[in-house]
Amino acid sequence: MRTCDIVVIGGGPAGLAAAIAAREAGISEILVLERDRCLGGILNQCIHNGFGLHTFREELTGPEYAERFIRRAEELEIPCLLETMVMDITPGKVVTAMNREDGVFQIQAGAVILAMGCRERPRGALNIPGYRPAGIYSAGTAQRLVNIEGYMPGREVVILGSGDIGLIMARRMTLEGARVHAVAELMPYSGGLKRNIVQCLDDYGIPLKLSHTVVQIHGKERLTGVTLAKVGADRKPVPGTEEFIPCDTLLLSVGLIPENELSGEIGVEMNRITNGPSVNESLETSAEGVFACGNVLHVHDLVDYVSQEAALAGKNAARYVMGDWKEGLRIQLEGKGGVRYTVPSAVCPENMEDKLTVRFRVGDVYRDRQLCVYLDGERISRAKKRVMGPGEMESVILKKSDLLARPGLQKITVAVEEAE
Amino acid sequence: MYDVLVIGGGVTGCSIARELSRYRLKTAVAEREEDVCSGTSKANSGIVHAGFDAEPGSQKARMNVRGNRMMPQLARELDFAFRQNGSLVLCFDRKQLGQLQALKEKGEANGVEGLKLLNGEEARALEPKLSGAVEGALYAPTGGIVCPFGLTIAMAENAAVNGVEFLFETEVLEIRRIDAGYLVRTNTGEIEARAVVNAAGVYADALNNMVSERKYHITARRGQYCLLDKKAGTAADRTIFQMPTAMGKGVLVTPTVHGNLMLGPTAEDIPDKEDISTTSEGLETLQSKAALSVPDLPRNMTITSFAGLRAHEDGDDFILGEAEDAPGFFNALGIESPGLTSAPAIGEYLAGMVAEKLGAEKKEDFAGQRKGILNPQELTVEERNTLIRSNPAYGSIVCRCEMVTEGEIVDAIRRPVGARSLDGVKRRTRAGMGRCQAGFCTPRTIEILQRELGEPDLAVRKNRAGSELLTGKDKEELKEAGR
Repeated sequence: MRTCDIVVIGGGPAGLAAAIAAREAGISEILVLERDRCLGGILNQCIHNGFGLHTFREELTGPEYAERFIRRAEELEIPCLLETMVMDITPGKVVTAMNREDGVFQIQAGAVILAMGCRERPRGALNIPGYRPAGIYSAGTAQRLVNIEGYMPGREVVILGSGDIGLIMARRMTLEGARVHAVAELMPYSGGLKRNIVQCLDDYGIPLKLSHTVVQIHGKERLTGVTLAKVGADRKPVPGTEEFIPCDTLLLSVGLIPENELSGEIGVEMNRITNGPSVNESLETSAEGVFACGNVLHVHDLVDYVSQEAALAGKNAARYVMGDWKEGLRIQLEGKGGVRYTVPSAVCPENMEDKLTVRFRVGDVYRDRQLCVYLDGERISRAKKRVMGPGEMESVILKKSDLLARPGLQKITVAVEEAE
Repeated sequence: MYDVLVIGGGVTGCSIARELSRYRLKTAVAEREEDVCSGTSKANSGIVHAGFDAEPGSQKARMNVRGNRMMPQLARELDFAFRQNGSLVLCFDRKQLGQLQALKEKGEANGVEGLKLLNGEEARALEPKLSGAVEGALYAPTGGIVCPFGLTIAMAENAAVNGVEFLFETEVLEIRRIDAGYLVRTNTGEIEARAVVNAAGVYADALNNMVSERKYHITARRGQYCLLDKKAGTAADRTIFQMPTAMGKGVLVTPTVHGNLMLGPTAEDIPDKEDISTTSEGLETLQSKAALSVPDLPRNMTITSFAGLRAHEDGDDFILGEAEDAPGFFNALGIESPGLTSAPAIGEYLAGMVAEKLGAEKKEDFAGQRKGILNPQELTVEERNTLIRSNPAYGSIVCRCEMVTEGEIVDAIRRPVGARSLDGVKRRTRAGMGRCQAGFCTPRTIEILQRELGEPDLAVRKNRAGSELLTGKDKEELKEAGR
């Protein structure tokens, strides 16, 4: 069987950044397996700008951002197989993949980096009642049709869910000649970035209907309209608030789910909140030598953070392969009081770099609070936050020196608290 | 002029057509949709019932038991997914255990083999996730599950290979007696046939009533379903029915042949025979009722919900045979549950009657075997690689959830009675039937359909006319509007 030091599953932003970092750390045998026709992943259909402000201090489009990583991977001569689907990974890190030229083949990997990204939640997951006509698409599917295939999936559009893809597609559909009548959001706040609400809805006069949902789908062949209704605090429709909106297209932007079917086969421990693997400070899953990064780990808002996170995974996978790895204490890391989860969820100080970025989301909209970090009972940092919401990922920095200074440390906690 | 026109390309019509194709008869199937298996046959429980429900002596009982016995052999001949997983009817009330016994006796009177009464413990030993409230169960080892699309499409393909013509998007508007038989007026023109078989599902009453004074009345009885992710597929191995309780008629929990879990159906009489919409009340009801059988159902794993209409005839039995006052007009009417199970038996029974009426002889060259769409997942790695070398399309995954390759999709389109729409591809290959519900594969499948059908780009449809998936090209409308 063919062997390879590091096999990267996925050639999107996460996979590319991880592969590049692993190569830069000195690994010669790396293979990136990508299921699509080209590298870059979902960025290829994100033709709007706003990518790379953190990484390159420039405003790039998705394909331009991807291009920089693709070029770097080419410079480093990192081999990538395109249109290659990974079918299976064993706990022993045997990767089975398939493509048109090579058929089904197996590779014994020294380390595996999971970078498969995420998928969209479908209509069925919401149990929206009504007919099942043509014209109901997840926002990302519509984005691919419009931005890559060049086809319009509809003319008169309603969007359910105010996740970023939904917001971006409201603008895109408008620019391409469709009319977007409303974006309905079940929650009393948007799940997307503030800047997208301003630039994609407000600038085009598209109403954002918070605390609204679709309660009926009309039309037998093609969608003819949807009924929207207000929802109460229990998120159930309020009778009497129904409003019919004629439309031929409903786009769903109702959540992203990390694509962890392969991770499940290896048997890695999963986090119930993120639907991604639980990882330690090195972004290693519960399966030794199997790392995860990007949207397969937890869904990000900004690709810049994906790149940073993936680079860390790549670097650590390289350390693992080269044997530069320490077995040490595992300190539990968890969120409290509004912090829904943390990535990572465990830390071994011996293996961490001087600083570790802990990323997480909060469960509600919070104004004028502070983010605190506790080492066991002791608060070591607090940072005031004017506003935090589930739509924007937050982070705190842990210092290695702080952890090493406290032998016997058992638990690190990140919490939202009333501002002092 | 046809010898026989079968009206309706559902499981019943396709079964009759396939059985008719054994004879020297010029046969056609008229179907109003763009594909077979587009009405009641596409939206049901997919259960091969053992046969203890129907009243002894009824057509339902006879056809059910016969159909159940035919199914394993038919699945081998026609290569569709079928599994004899056994079924349980649960009883939650000690006082109702007598009814369970009565059900067993009814089944035995119908000729169902192997029925066994279990106490709660024994039932839970078979199905560990069953509710602790289960007091007893009737176990039927001959119960099974089948892919309703697989069964219907297999019979249609085999009928086509043996000479049956399929006339799609052909809706019957009127039927008149003529000297030679019947003149059937459709939206696409007139069709003459010596004999007509009415397998028109919820509309079979209307067709019968055009030619016969013995009037029938069919009520569309809607059943809503939830389909759960394959990860939930292990919640039950057997099909779990419920005894009717004070809370009403129960719902079933069953694995599907492809490893999903299905809950359903509701039972609602619907005035509109086109109303296959789901309702929030319906979906909630069936989820809570299903939880009586299996309390720990992972409801959040629902990937889709849908509804179908049962063709319920007032007399509560299948109406099978020649209309008394309309010679050469044969009914397969009121085909509700256990219609799917009964289809092979109904096909055999009615085709025999029609052939006798027309004095048709059996063909010597009938080809009864059919090979389904190749599923590369069932091959060894070596076999799979040989296949990919000979046809690289089998190395290209289009639907990542169900791991369906381009090769399978192309096969589905090119074979007899092939797919012509996104739903047609889905029912034949499962592309788009997985947990992302066609989010990723829709653009690729559209592309393959465009290429294979050679129709204009924008003509690709979800299913029937009017369900076009794309409305134009980017910026087209801006140019038209001069914006």
